[in-house]
Amino acid sequence: MQERLDYRKAHSVEEALTLFQDLPRSRYMAGGTDLLPRARGSGQAPSRLVDIKGIPELSRIEELPSGDLRIGAAVSVAAVAAHPTVRQRFSALSLCASALGSYPLRNRATVVGNICNASPCADTAAALLCLDATVLCVGPAGPRRIPIHEFFVGPGQTSLASGELALAVEIPAASAGGRAELGRLSRRQGVDIATVAVLLSVLPQRSPRHRVALLSVAPTPRRASEAETLLDQRGPSAANAAAEAAMAAARPIDDVRGTAAYRREMVGVLLTRAVRALGAA
Amino acid sequence: MAIPIRVKVNGQVEALEVAPDESLLSMLRERLDLTGAKEGCNEGECGACVVLLDGKAVNACLVLAAEADGHEVTTIEGLGRPGALHPLQKAFLAHQAVQCGFCTPGMIMTALSLLLENPAPTEEEVRTAISGNLCRCTGYRQILDAVQAAAQEMRAGAQGRRP
Ligand SMILES: Cc1cc2nc3c(=O)[nH]c(=O)nc-3n(C[C@H](O)[C@H](O)[C@H](O)COP(=O)(O)OP(=O)(O)OC[C@H]3O[C@@H](n4cnc5c(N)ncnc54)[C@H](O)[C@@H]3O)c2cc1C
Ligand code: FES
Ligand code: FES
Repeated sequence: MQERLDYRKAHSVEEALTLFQDLPRSRYMAGGTDLLPRARGSGQAPSRLVDIKGIPELSRIEELPSGDLRIGAAVSVAAVAAHPTVRQRFSALSLCASALGSYPLRNRATVVGNICNASPCADTAAALLCLDATVLCVGPAGPRRIPIHEFFVGPGQTSLASGELALAVEIPAASAGGRAELGRLSRRQGVDIATVAVLLSVLPQRSPRHRVALLSVAPTPRRASEAETLLDQRGPSAANAAAEAAMAAARPIDDVRGTAAYRREMVGVLLTRAVRALGAA
Repeated sequence: MAIPIRVKVNGQVEALEVAPDESLLSMLRERLDLTGAKEGCNEGECGACVVLLDGKAVNACLVLAAEADGHEVTTIEGLGRPGALHPLQKAFLAHQAVQCGFCTPGMIMTALSLLLENPAPTEEEVRTAISGNLCRCTGYRQILDAVQAAAQEMRAGAQGRRP
């Protein structure tokens, strides 16, 4: 890491915003599991890390009176995966959170950090896209809510403005219930990021009821809406057509983990398997 | 630019001045001479550096020393002494789950974190928990057996069946 790195711990949201504004190259830090290896590797460390884990209101998972679930920006992936409400009502998120990284990593990494990092492979993004989550944030211009569908802009890029702090992610009560199946391929089980992954979730109270999210096959995590429509119309018998539609929605690239052609092919295979698994259940 | 911190390490409060870019792993090894936790990769991939932070396994290479301020760290050195080994340490010896030993401190701290959360894990749960810890020697079978044996002994101990 760069020598002139500055580490500051914020104790309130206001303090975090101020600490960020004070220096030109600041970054918010939650678990640091993306930030620290990157800062070390590139030699371009941010000049200031503003640690948000000391802010009490960001460290909670809350069920709101509306039935919505709010997950604070400092809550670990492990805490989300194990939370009884997440497991019972929003199983897609528990499934994806359990698939992220390794056990010690999940104790440190956060769900909000995972989406703010905006990697095309961000595991929890698949679930949050299917569950129609909303990101709550606040910046110099005040608070706002960003629908998750507008949050991912490109690899490593979100619609957060500079200095804007994500406070929490909220999942609406209407996305509760239903079932989910995650198909995920990686080089090493248990640590490596997904080479390609497909999440299928069926939400009884939602339209479309079927939700399909794709990871590591486009500049951002994304939904495959044509596949969803086909599954809604024709159920499990549309498996092959839905697989074709999802493959067409993929925009993969070649990299060390796999070729574009392999990734596209696997999108079809994983979705077909997921439809079969849920159809049979 | 030194940052003053107070951190409890293996039960003892340490007051230190750390650099802003210093990892918890290098603080433990270089300042406190606790060389049990190893640096394998320095990027979260191998698990050799795992310690407990407030009772939970973390990769010490991915935590800044400054972040440990006000928290509690347990390393392998805090577990047992010669003649009074922790059940996990005893079981690793008894099951020959140690060969070169490089992965062992991280393996044991990861297993301890799991057993604190889940005193009776299935083999699948142990496999999942240690999947971020690489061992290039044992082939893992002995490690899985050792963790189950230790879990059993710790449960018996918790029920007061042991002296
Ligand atoms: C060995 C290893 C394996 C991994 N495996 C996986 C994997 O399988 N799947 C996966 O998806 N990821 C994986 N990751 C990546 C990483 O662990 C996750 O993305 C994690 O969820 C990031 O969370 P964090 O809290 O550590 O983020 P941080 O590193 O703290 O932050 C990540 C980014 O988000 C920004 N940020 C964080 N919080 C906020 C906020 N509240 N407001 C605004 N910006 C914010 C930071 O400035 C930074 O740019 C892995 C990383 C490692 C080192
Ligand atoms: S040294 Fe920390 S995981 Fe390898
Ligand atoms: S005993 Fe050698 S790496 Fe595990």
